[in-house]
Amino acid sequence: MDKRITAPIDKETAASLKSGDYCYISGVIYTARDAAHKRMYETIQNNEKLPIDIEGNIIYYLGPSPARPGQVIGSAGPTTSSRMDKYTPTLLNLGLTGMIGKGKRSPEVIESIKANKSVYFAAIGGAGALLSKCIKKAEVVAYDDLGTEAIRRLEVEDLPVIVIIDSEGNNLYETAVEEYLNK
Amino acid sequence: MREIDANTIISNIKEMCIEANLYLSNDIESAVKKAFDTEKNELGKKIMGQLIENLEIADKDQIPICQDTGMAIVFVKLGQDVHVTGMNLTDAINEGVRQGYVEGYLRKSVVKDPIIRENTKDNTPAIIHYDIVEGENIEITVAPKGFGSENMSRMYMLKPADGVEGIKKSVVEAVSMAGPNACPPFVVGVGIGGNFEKAAILAKTALTRDINTHHPDEHIATLEDELLNEINALGIGPAGLGGSNTALAVNIETFATHIAGMPCAINMCCHVNRHSRRTI
Repeated sequence: MDKRITAPIDKETAASLKSGDYCYISGVIYTARDAAHKRMYETIQNNEKLPIDIEGNIIYYLGPSPARPGQVIGSAGPTTSSRMDKYTPTLLNLGLTGMIGKGKRSPEVIESIKANKSVYFAAIGGAGALLSKCIKKAEVVAYDDLGTEAIRRLEVEDLPVIVIIDSEGNNLYETAVEEYLNK
Repeated sequence: MREIDANTIISNIKEMCIEANLYLSNDIESAVKKAFDTEKNELGKKIMGQLIENLEIADKDQIPICQDTGMAIVFVKLGQDVHVTGMNLTDAINEGVRQGYVEGYLRKSVVKDPIIRENTKDNTPAIIHYDIVEGENIEITVAPKGFGSENMSRMYMLKPADGVEGIKKSVVEAVSMAGPNACPPFVVGVGIGGNFEKAAILAKTALTRDINTHHPDEHIATLEDELLNEINALGIGPAGLGGSNTALAVNIETFATHIAGMPCAINMCCHVNRHSRRTI
């Protein structure tokens, strides 16, 4: 089912999304990938303050290519989510309501998504040029020294994503392939 | 002895890094379009349509096809009657990569030390494979490789008794495990024989071969077809969300091996299977 949502999203909205829903996200989301996750995780372990507010926000696992003059951002598709699995339950426990990436998640992450009533979306891997067109503004807000891995605040318009794992733990990667094969 | 100025190498490498990241070769682009035409799953077809649109935008707006513009893998067939002047050839290649990634608005994805992980900020060093050949030309292939698919690549040290069935089982298992993580539809590069490192290099080389060609040996060409059918029967489909197009092609390269072994390396690649080749 096609849905339009506005980010940030609360837990109620996250829980209303179902595995297989095709969603268009507008609003504000943040980017973070490997190095930014490691740094945020260590910050939390040290009881220090994170550079962005996690609660109610969506993180896009993205390290964009540089923008050409006149462009908002370069190519901007998702990176593989499983590399963030180690750090994800900690962020979900802090109130992260959504993640956008691609690929499978660990059983621990799926349990944490259920426990925290959040949602895991996939954007189409290898469609970075297309997805960049949905990003209307991009600004580095933390960890500038990490280059492409810095945390960016993005204003997006109708970013197309698919709900993979919903708040009940339904997993589209398992059901979609099975359904196709049983047709 | 023919002399080639290092600056010629630098400018060609620079241009190849940029063009490989903006345009797919004709064989791959045609296969992506064919996958759209043949895809049996509705969502899979929609995704293939988006991947085609993505290629059009990359071309029109000069935005890399994928944000992971890769590590620069460079295959060099160096004619033994060539003398590169002005700079060491390896340094010239790295300078070309540096200029291509910095001036071409490509992502810098390389860290200097695998543990300390500080970005080199210019995507160097490249990974260079040299081959000395006859003649007075240099053939260079620049193949930027992303790590979404690279991370899902696998190596099997099979035994001779495992036979061709063992190879098939290993390749299909590697593709199954890659699933949605490696951005299907894939191009699957397979290296069989040699030893531990040779098999891996063969698999990488296989990815640079035109996917409309087959291995010259009939039994290997047959294996390429059989594996492609088995992989597409998995139903993983575009983006791993079900469908008839899990792989666009399986390319196999082989080499002589030891009486005790049958190494088999599987180098996964997404549809953004980039390579630019020039003879200088």
